[in-house]
Amino acid sequence: MQPTTLLLVLIVMAFIAYQMGFRRSLAVVSGKAKQLHSLPLYHGFFVALAAFIPAFLVFSLWQILENTVITNMVLNALPDEISSKAQGDVNLFVSQIKNLVDNGITADGISPQLQQAANYYAALQSESAAWLSRTTIALSLAGLFIAWRSVKREARTRNWVEKAVIGFLIACSSIAILTTLGIVLSVLFESVRFFGQVPFSDFMFGTEWSPQTALRADQVGSSGSFGAIPLFAGTLLISFIAMVVAIPVGLMSAIYLSEYASLKVRSMVKPLLEILAGIPTVVYGFFAALTVAPLIRGFGSAIGLDVASESALAAGLVMGIMIIPFISSLSDDVINAVPQSMRDGAYALGATKSETVRKVVFPAALPGVIGGILLGVSRAIGETMIVVMAAGLAANLTLNPLEAVTTVTVQIVTLLTGDQEFDSAKTLAAFALGLLLFVTTLILNVIALYVVRKYREEILV
Amino acid sequence: MLMNDMTPDNSLARESGVTASAAASTGPMRISREHHETVGDYTVADPRITCRNVDVYYGDKRAIHAVNLDIGRNEVVAMIGPSGCGKSTFLRCLNRMNDTIESCRVTGEIELDGQDIYDKKIDVVPLRSQVGMVFQKPNPFPKSIYENVAWGPRIHGLAQNKADLNEIVETSLQKAGLWSEVKDRLEKPGTGLSGGQQQRLCIARTIAVSPEVILMDEPCSALDPIATAKIEDLIDELRQQYSIAIVTHSMQQAARVSQRTAYFHMGDLIEVGETATIFTNPVHPLTEDYITGRFG
Repeated sequence: MQPTTLLLVLIVMAFIAYQMGFRRSLAVVSGKAKQLHSLPLYHGFFVALAAFIPAFLVFSLWQILENTVITNMVLNALPDEISSKAQGDVNLFVSQIKNLVDNGITADGISPQLQQAANYYAALQSESAAWLSRTTIALSLAGLFIAWRSVKREARTRNWVEKAVIGFLIACSSIAILTTLGIVLSVLFESVRFFGQVPFSDFMFGTEWSPQTALRADQVGSSGSFGAIPLFAGTLLISFIAMVVAIPVGLMSAIYLSEYASLKVRSMVKPLLEILAGIPTVVYGFFAALTVAPLIRGFGSAIGLDVASESALAAGLVMGIMIIPFISSLSDDVINAVPQSMRDGAYALGATKSETVRKVVFPAALPGVIGGILLGVSRAIGETMIVVMAAGLAANLTLNPLEAVTTVTVQIVTLLTGDQEFDSAKTLAAFALGLLLFVTTLILNVIALYVVRKYREEILV
Repeated sequence: MLMNDMTPDNSLARESGVTASAAASTGPMRISREHHETVGDYTVADPRITCRNVDVYYGDKRAIHAVNLDIGRNEVVAMIGPSGCGKSTFLRCLNRMNDTIESCRVTGEIELDGQDIYDKKIDVVPLRSQVGMVFQKPNPFPKSIYENVAWGPRIHGLAQNKADLNEIVETSLQKAGLWSEVKDRLEKPGTGLSGGQQQRLCIARTIAVSPEVILMDEPCSALDPIATAKIEDLIDELRQQYSIAIVTHSMQQAARVSQRTAYFHMGDLIEVGETATIFTNPVHPLTEDYITGRFG
C-alpha cells in the first residue's frame, strides 16, 4: 500500500472509531447521557485518538527511518569490490541503484551487480511497505479495541481528551521554539568553524574588511582580513540615520493621531500610515537607489558637497521612512492605553491640551514608546534589501553619512550569493556575521520586552 | 431611552401640576411621582455658582433637563440620586469638563461669581483652575508625590521661586491631611500610595492651584471606611475656605458632610433643600422613595 493511501486508511479508521466510541458510550447508559462522566463526544474523540495516535507515530517514525535502514542493508549486501571503494564512489553507486528502482534509468548501462543490488533494494522496499501497513493497521485496531472496551459510565475520557489537546498545543508552540533553536545552532556551528580559521579577536576588533582567502600562497591580494568593525559601523550609521528620521516623525504622528485628530481623521489616516508598513522592502530599495540617492547627490553638488551616489544618507533616509509606521503605530497604541482619568486629572487642574500631552500623557506612555523604538532599531539593524540596493559594498570605516558604507546584512548577502565553497573562511564569515547580528538584535529585543513589561506593571495596574 | 419616554409625561404633569398629582397619588402626599419640577428653594443668599435652565445633551439624547441650582460660599452641596440620573454629568458642567466629550452639548446659564462660564470669551484653562475637580477613582499622575502637587501651580505660574513652590506643596498637603504621612518620601511616585492617600493627594493637587470651588465626583466610592472617614473630615475642614459640590451614592455620606442636598432623578433635579430636611422630611415622593431605599 502507498504511504498516502495508508494514511487515508488510518484517518478513516479514526472516524469509524469516533462513531463507535460515541455510540458505545450512549449504549452503556441506555441513552441517558446525563449519567456519563464525560459527554458522548469525548468518548468518541477518546477512541478515535487511541486508534490514530500510536499508529500515526509509528507511521511517521517508519517514514523517517525507512530510507536509511534499507540503504544500509543494501550496502552491507554489496560485494566487497564495490563497498571497498572510496566513499564518493559508493554514494554514486547507491544513487544509481535508487535511480534504477525509482525511474528505471541509469547513466551508464546496467552492470549485473547493479541490477542485483537494485532488485534487492526494490524487494526490501516492498517488504517494508507491507510491514508498515500491517503494523500500523494492527496498532490502530488494537488501540481502537482497547479504548472502545474502556468506554464506561464513569470513564474520565474528557480529561484524557483535554490532556491530548494540551499536548497538541504544546507541540505546536515548540515548533517555533525548536526552529529558532535550529537556526541558532546551525549558524553557531558554522561560526565555530569560521573562528577556527580566523581568530575571534581579529573578527570582533579588526578594522579592515576584505573577505578573501588565497588559493595559492603567492597569489596577488592573498591577504584577506575579516574585521567586522567597519560593517557594524556602517550598520549603526545607517540605523542611526534611519532612527533620526523615524523617531520624531513617528512619534509626532502618533501624538497627533491619538490626542488631536478627530475620530474621522484618525480612522482615515491610521490605515494610510500603516500602508507604509505593507510596501515590500525591495520597493523601498529601488526608491532609495533610483530616486533618493540621485536627489541627494544632485542637491549635494548644488551646494558644493561631494556626495557618493550610494550614500549612507540615502539608504538611512528611506529606511527611516520604512520604520515610521512601526514607531507611530506602536506609540499610538501605547498613548491610547494611558487612562483617560490621567487626562481628566490634568484638565481639571486647568492644564492646556499641549501641557497635558507633554507633561502627563507622554511621560506616562514613555516606557512603552521606548519599547516601540527599540523594536524599530532592531528592525533597522536587520534590514537588508534597502541597503543591498542603496548602501554600496565598500567597507569604509567612516562617520560621514555622505560617503558609501556597507552593512553587515549587505556583506552576508554578497558572501552567500552565487556559487560558493562552504569551507572557506570567506563563506563562513557570513555565518559569524549572522550570529553577531542575531545576538545584537536579540539583546535589543530583550531590552524592549523588559521595558514594555515594566511599563505594564507600573501604569496599567 | 428613559429620557425619551419621560418627555411627554413630563409636559402633562407640568400643566396639570399639583392637582392632578393628588388623584394619582396613593397616600396622603400632595405631589405626584410624575411631577418633575424642582421642589424646594434652589437659591442661596450668597451664591458662588448659579445654574439656570441647564440642559445637557449627549448627541440627541438629553441627559439633564432644566436644572436650576445655586452653590453658596462655604457650603457643601451633596448631589444624590440613582445611577444614571445625571448628577455626575451636571457636576462636570460646572468646570466644563464635558467639553472633552465630543458629542456633549450644554445649554442654559451657569455663572461663576456672576460670569457666564459658557460665554464665548471664557477660556476653560483659568476657569478650571478656579473650579477644581476630584474624581471617583484616585488618578495621581505617574510622577513623584511632590511633582503631583507642584505641577498645577507650576503650569499656572503661581510660584515665583523654588521656595514658594515648596511652600505651596507643603500647605496643600497639610490641608489635605497628608503631609505627616508623606513628608519623608516626597520624591516617591504618587502611584505608590494607598488608595485613600492617593485620593487625598488628588485633593492636595486640586487645592494647590487655589480654586474657589471644588467638585467631587464620588470621591470615596473606591475607598475603605477608614479612608472615607478621613476624606469626609477633610471635606468638612475645606468648607471653611471653599465651596464644595459633591456627588455621592452614599446617603449617609451626604447626610454627614453636606449642608444642602439635591436629589436628581432621570435627568431632573427633583428636590433641593437643607440636608437635615431632605433626609428627615422629604417633600417629593420620589425623594422619599430614594432615601427610604425603595429604589436606587
